[in-house]
Amino acid sequence: MATRLLSGNRAERGGEMAIHAVLLGASVISIATTVGIVFVLLSESLRFFDLVSVWDFLTGTVWTPLFRPAHFGVLPLVAGTVLVAGIAIIVAAPVGLFTAIFLSEYAPDRFRRIVKPMLEILAGVPTVVYGYFALTFVTPLLQRWLLPDMIIFNALSAGLVMGVMIIPIVSSLTEDAMLAVPRSLREAAYALGATKFEVATRVVTPAALSGIVAAVILGLSRAIGETMLVTIAAGATPRLTLNPTESVQTMTAYIVQVSFGETPQGTPVYYTIFSVGLLLFVMTLAMNILGQWVVRRWRQAY
Amino acid sequence: MTHQQTEHANNGMAPEASITAAAMDGALTAHDGAVTAAVGAAAPERPPAPDRPISLRTENMSLYYGDFRALRDITVGIPERTVTAIIGASGCGKSSFLRSFNRMNDLIPNARIEGIVEMSGVPIYDRRVDVAELRRAVGMVFQRPNPLPLSIYENIAYGPRRRGVRNRADLDGIVQRCLTQAALWDEVKDKLKQPGNELSGGQQQRLCIARTLAVEPDVILMDEPCSALDPASTLRIEELMQELGHEYTILVVTHNMQQAARVSEMTAFLNMAEDRAGALVEFGPTSEIFTNPQEKTTEDYITGRFS
Ligand SMILES: Nc1ncnc2c1ncn2[C@@H]1O[C@H](COP(=O)(O)OP(=O)(O)OP(=O)(O)O)[C@@H](O)[C@H]1O
Ligand SMILES: [Mg+2]
Repeated sequence: MATRLLSGNRAERGGEMAIHAVLLGASVISIATTVGIVFVLLSESLRFFDLVSVWDFLTGTVWTPLFRPAHFGVLPLVAGTVLVAGIAIIVAAPVGLFTAIFLSEYAPDRFRRIVKPMLEILAGVPTVVYGYFALTFVTPLLQRWLLPDMIIFNALSAGLVMGVMIIPIVSSLTEDAMLAVPRSLREAAYALGATKFEVATRVVTPAALSGIVAAVILGLSRAIGETMLVTIAAGATPRLTLNPTESVQTMTAYIVQVSFGETPQGTPVYYTIFSVGLLLFVMTLAMNILGQWVVRRWRQAY
Repeated sequence: MTHQQTEHANNGMAPEASITAAAMDGALTAHDGAVTAAVGAAAPERPPAPDRPISLRTENMSLYYGDFRALRDITVGIPERTVTAIIGASGCGKSSFLRSFNRMNDLIPNARIEGIVEMSGVPIYDRRVDVAELRRAVGMVFQRPNPLPLSIYENIAYGPRRRGVRNRADLDGIVQRCLTQAALWDEVKDKLKQPGNELSGGQQQRLCIARTLAVEPDVILMDEPCSALDPASTLRIEELMQELGHEYTILVVTHNMQQAARVSEMTAFLNMAEDRAGALVEFGPTSEIFTNPQEKTTEDYITGRFS
């Protein structure tokens, strides 16, 4: 008896340890990669900041690293990024929320089974396709009907199309949050004579609010990090503006531009890739931290 | 025999053409004057439960979940202002039966009702019935307390606010009255702003009862309201049911025979047939069902000689 107990135990422990090791290995890989990326970003950025002061970088309003005289004020790139991502989220947040409400509260099962995969296909379309869609379809459409004077590369159509692109992220995460709202809560409201609309807006939405906010923030950080679409459709003109009809350049689009240009290593222009990348990283990190804070702060116990 | 087929597509997109709230109210409460007068008299002489006017009535009601028939041909008339207990083995369809009176089964895809279901003579599965209005007239307390994620106060105020009560003093009055009625006021009067779901289970259940009262229903459906509660809370809720039974039509599902005997004047016994469809075996005054059941299965169930 005792031996059986002991041997079983040992075998068990051996198996446990192997599983433990595999899981640990997997997480070490992802952690190590992250640490490596941050390390490279930081160390290369430090060299940049030997050449340009952090203050000038963060507060400068002119970004002309490729011309003479070179200016390294990152605000025009930040403005371009915020502008495009802002337009995107203005489109994606309400549409995503309404889609989610519709799917989780209104749509019959059959309809949901058709629409959900379609949304997932939308999420799977390569971003380059969205870019050309913005450039060759949305921009001409806007020029034709609304804004005849708008130039071909502009923040507006890039932002609108990016909004469409992130709708699936926002709606599917929002819907998950709504489906997690227990049925008993819906029943409570229905039993008090609430209509479907009231249940959706006053019970389910508040109960899922933390998840909804997280979905929007995730969509926003996706928009901030999106590269291909803005490179194609938003232009390459670093400009400190919040006018959506103008051509702008986002941080990501700038990094692409310089990475593909013939930039000798060691020059200030080369290091801007890392400093702009670092700032981008800090921005999305801040969004995610904000998201988690909001989730914790607004979580509704049910 | 009329056998009305009311099939409802569970398609929330098309808002039901509604019998207007006013018309519905009229129909549902047409009898109010007479009964209030009777209750208001010095010595309220209530007729024995079986002789009271019928509030909820079904005729050959069957309920299906898809192809599965959960209830078969139930014909019953539930008297108003009476506590009626529904007893029967687990899975025989008690909850399903209860939920067909406030159309809660509408929320379940492919649930379907056949036959007649009436409240005060109004066929509640009629296309013109405003379901939200029906659910205001037929309140429900669930097995597990399910306060809304709001404060104690807002849980109670939810129903009245929906009716359009905006005045703060009116709302305060309703909140106090309903909490008092549900025997909870003294325990929570100093913390009305606290979340409702931070109360104990028994308190939450009384909160849910108070919340239901605030909607001013005619009927209250209770699905095993005490099954998650300790004996002390159970006792309080039983007392509450008995009190409320003078004013409201109460339908309570319970697995506790003593409870059924203590609180109800009428008892309905449901039982499962071979095909697992629940059928009404016996319905009558509680005292008779418990002391002199007409059916062998009823006696077996009540005395615990039941598989
Ligand atoms: N949503 C549903 N979909 C399909 N079948 C259901 C659904 N709800 C209940 N049923 C079935 O209907 C029958 C009756 O269920 P119901 O919940 O009404 O029983 P009950 O008498 O309340 O049981 P209990 O005493 O255990 O609560 C059961 O066979 C159950 O499996
Ligand atoms: Mg039940």
